[in-house]
Amino acid sequence: MIQLVWDGLFVGSFYALVALGYSMVYGIIKLLNFAHGDIYMLGAFAGFVVLSGVGGVTAAFSVVALVGALVAAMAVTGGLGVLVERVAYRPLRGSPRLAVLITAVGVSFTLEYGVAAAGANPRVFPVRVESQAWQVLGVRITLAQLALMAIAVGLMIALDRYVNRTSTGRAMRAIALDPKGALLMGVNVNAVISRTFFIGSALAGAAGVMAGAYYGKIEFLMGFLIGLKAFTAAVMGGIGNIRGAMLGGLLLGLLEAFGAHFLGGEWRDVFTFAVLIVFLSVKPTGLLGERVSERV
Amino acid sequence: MGRWVGPAGLLVAVAIPFVDASPYTLNVLTTAAIFVMLAAGLNIVVGYCGLLDLGYVAFMAVGAYTSGILSTAFELPLLYTIPAVLVVAVLAALVIGAPTLRLRSDYLAIVTLGFGEIIRITATNLDFTGGPTGIFGIPGIDVGGPAGFYFVCVAVVALAVLGSARLERSRLGRAWMFIREDEDAAEAMGVNTYRVKLLAYVFGAIWGASAGVLFAAHLSAVSPQSFVFLQSALVLMAVVLGGMGSARGVVVGAVVISVVPEVLRDLGAFRYVFFGVVLVVVMVLRPQGLWPVRRREPERVDAPVQEGVRV
Repeated sequence: MIQLVWDGLFVGSFYALVALGYSMVYGIIKLLNFAHGDIYMLGAFAGFVVLSGVGGVTAAFSVVALVGALVAAMAVTGGLGVLVERVAYRPLRGSPRLAVLITAVGVSFTLEYGVAAAGANPRVFPVRVESQAWQVLGVRITLAQLALMAIAVGLMIALDRYVNRTSTGRAMRAIALDPKGALLMGVNVNAVISRTFFIGSALAGAAGVMAGAYYGKIEFLMGFLIGLKAFTAAVMGGIGNIRGAMLGGLLLGLLEAFGAHFLGGEWRDVFTFAVLIVFLSVKPTGLLGERVSERV
Repeated sequence: MGRWVGPAGLLVAVAIPFVDASPYTLNVLTTAAIFVMLAAGLNIVVGYCGLLDLGYVAFMAVGAYTSGILSTAFELPLLYTIPAVLVVAVLAALVIGAPTLRLRSDYLAIVTLGFGEIIRITATNLDFTGGPTGIFGIPGIDVGGPAGFYFVCVAVVALAVLGSARLERSRLGRAWMFIREDEDAAEAMGVNTYRVKLLAYVFGAIWGASAGVLFAAHLSAVSPQSFVFLQSALVLMAVVLGGMGSARGVVVGAVVISVVPEVLRDLGAFRYVFFGVVLVVVMVLRPQGLWPVRRREPERVDAPVQEGVRV
């Protein structure tokens, strides 16, 4: 039972990292970025390229190499997120929502099959964090899990600090509250939105590298499912709310671990989507979200 | 020229097999015809009513599986399964629509995406749907070989396209477009938006499920791999490319989307990259599509501004 809790929290921390980007972007420009899951996938592939480029990684250096790949992948995916926003989303700001959503689907498609065209086969990640395991309270915990979780939590704390303590963070919150007002008060809206995309995409890229290193296999459609799940997590926590996204991710990981345990692994995804639908119909504002009335 | 476009298109569709009736051509043509039907159905939901449905092939799966299971289990001719297919399709539309259509439009998109996956995974997991291999040995509609079946498809699809175009001009169709343009105003003017949106869903489901029956008859087999998200996205692309809400545009879009991959077969995954880019480019440069409906009044462009940032 405790094993389930631990596994759930571990998977949940990946979901939380990806959910953050969803939630930040949605909070600021009310855009559902479908391509976000694919950014995660690209992060995994960027990490793969970096690690393969380094060549034979010895076991002793695997953690160092992994952190290096993580940083490189975050830079790549962050830059890509900014590019996508600039090319595909910015021209459509102020267009009907349907148009923007469809564009997001198009971006997602382009990224997925762009990677597929570049090298369609699933790849084996060159570094696999294998490590010793401990038994704590009858739970199997590996060093790799601990390390990855520490990275995830560290990133989340850094983000929370950034949004709540810095002037850019304040500008983000201002735009989320009132875009026009923020603009009139001298906030450089475009720059802040770009930065939001950079941060959200970099976090998703980090999650991609970590998932690649942990599961050992990456493929071009791996972002589709996690994108959906991260969205579910963001909705559970209250979309637009950063702490909510973290909470939602962990909660979804837990729910999924228990759901898969009791219903059988092949029903895991069905269970997750059922949770999403129930949540949206019962409490669409999520756990920590505020009641938003849609302005007419 | 307006009123002759439809009959002319139909004439071309009927004439092609007399020029080239190779099995390959007939296969491509039949697939394209079924695809046109799907696009016409999705056009009701996305084009007329403005609800983004990203799991549309789920309804096709419902139709294909229902007719496939009934016809193989009870050895019925395919035509006899149609009433059951329609009932199941309407039920599916109500089940998925009832809880979600009260939501904001972008939530709806992702819920339908989840729903599409649920249907596919469920079909993979259950026994009576044949698991991952699906169902085979479905009786076709035997009317003089592949060419005959193609003509049946063309007839059904033509009726479906005509039906959707008629719906557009009905009272219900006007309510749909009112909701698409301004849901709050529609509500204020006395349109029961929830019920009307649900009806759009139901009609979309009927079109999709009927296309599913044709699909099952065409391949004589259904399996979960036919109903992946890629398919939903392709149907959406057909609608967007042709022009959302434009019945004839959507037909053209569907033919393009289903025939282009055949022509570009050598390009592999690049075809889909191309599609993705086209989707973005169309939305950015020509959101009304290639062959839009002519509006009598210019569209309101100022409505959604309060939502996003406009700089």
